[in-house]
Amino acid sequence: MIYADNAATTKMSDRALETMMSLISTTYGNPSSLYEFGQKAKEVLEQARRDVAYAIGADPKEILFTSGGSEADNQALITAAKLGEAKGKKHIISTAFEHHAVLHTLKKLEKEGFEVTLLDVHSNGIVLPEQVEEAIREDTCLVTVMYANNEIGTIQPIREIGAVCRKHGVLFHTDAVQAVGHIKVNVEEDNIDMLSASGHKFHGPKGVGFLYAKKGIRLVNLIEGGAQEKGKRAGTENVPGIASMATALREAVSGLDEYKAKLTPVRDKIIKGLSEIPHSAINGDLEHRVPSNINFCFEGIEGESLLLLLDDKGIAASSGSACTSGSLDPSHVLLAIGRVHDVAHGSLRLSLGEDITDEDADYIINSVKEVVEYLRGFSPVWRDLVAGKTKFIL
Amino acid sequence: MALYSEKVMDHFRNPRNVGVLEDANGVGEVGNAKCGDIMKMYLKIEDDIVKDVKFETFGCGSAIASSSMATELIKGKPVEEARQLTNKAVAEALDGLPDYKMHCSVLAQEAIEAALKDYESRQGS
Repeated sequence: MIYADNAATTKMSDRALETMMSLISTTYGNPSSLYEFGQKAKEVLEQARRDVAYAIGADPKEILFTSGGSEADNQALITAAKLGEAKGKKHIISTAFEHHAVLHTLKKLEKEGFEVTLLDVHSNGIVLPEQVEEAIREDTCLVTVMYANNEIGTIQPIREIGAVCRKHGVLFHTDAVQAVGHIKVNVEEDNIDMLSASGHKFHGPKGVGFLYAKKGIRLVNLIEGGAQEKGKRAGTENVPGIASMATALREAVSGLDEYKAKLTPVRDKIIKGLSEIPHSAINGDLEHRVPSNINFCFEGIEGESLLLLLDDKGIAASSGSACTSGSLDPSHVLLAIGRVHDVAHGSLRLSLGEDITDEDADYIINSVKEVVEYLRGFSPVWRDLVAGKTKFIL
Repeated sequence: MALYSEKVMDHFRNPRNVGVLEDANGVGEVGNAKCGDIMKMYLKIEDDIVKDVKFETFGCGSAIASSSMATELIKGKPVEEARQLTNKAVAEALDGLPDYKMHCSVLAQEAIEAALKDYESRQGS
């Protein structure tokens, strides 16, 4: 199988797995216990915190471990909203193509009286710092913009947006779930106040993530209980998972240059190959893009049937088609960059892993070409397009 | 567990009666590309019998499988029987569809209804 869905989740690295397995059996003490066996676990936990902090240029005190990216997003947004509310500031700026962990939290805050401005992300899937600056008001309490988009892989000008926020004294959060471990992220240089990340997106385990919150930001709890994580996130820490995530992150960050050098040419080869399919289009900016992401729309076909047939050929990928999500609307990300429904249903996302080979790339290109042609062969939409009854969009 | 039953996957991978009937005397198209599903049914009716049927579908796996199964269920059958085909019968013949995919079987039923209506209107003129 060619696993090309690494933006959904990744395989754990050997070292991350080793770390986890060995800790599960040897270091199962509770970090809150005072005897040495518990304190041993506490040491492992704090070493993981130092490692994670180092990987993103933060101070260990600024790292809070969570159950994943969604929890971190929720906590960051709720915190900024409560802090803002206390000062009478109830306006939040974000973008139309954020992850649902952000968008749905914003919806909840809207019901609580917050006003949300969602910025346009243009046809290339990139929001500009000028847009953020224009949208900032007296009562803006938070700007939250994702670092790299999960579907189309576009990298946002985070450093510049962060600078705008600093200039206006507005808190800046970024959902960096698709960026951390894939491209260089440094909270200090990037002017970030809060950042969310998830272990399983960079070859760590599922169910573990972290929230970076700059010193001085008083986090609001989502989970009440014991005094773990300085009282900001109750519940006995998942020590093996956290340490395993830290191992994976250390590995990923130390190999970033190699990762980019390895994946970029393969990614570009596939993009070039798939561009040869008539009436297709790449989604998202080609330059400001994570090395692993390829996202196309093919006119006249529907994404789920494309995925099923690729699965038969041993290729695991994903799509923004409505049929793959169980909803009636296709991906909000594709709609946000201006793809109309008809075309957005026929999308394909390939997110490559480090083990991808040149032969895999050829196989993917040929398989996608074959399947698209086959499905178009009995698509009434394609027939009408070819017959000139309807106009091609792509 | 797989997303779809073996039967759905069989009809999806090897759709029956796929294509266009050039001499069809009843054609129906339902759905729209905006929602991600379009089905087109071509019927050739003679002596009140569905002599031949073909389909074209733009849609997900279960939409393609539903159209394929629906054509099998009406091919060679009297028009009256085709008229009575329900989406439930299509779904059952496929050994079931996930709840959120039941609308695909509804679309198959509606496509046949639309094709029969077209056939009748052609008879009237």
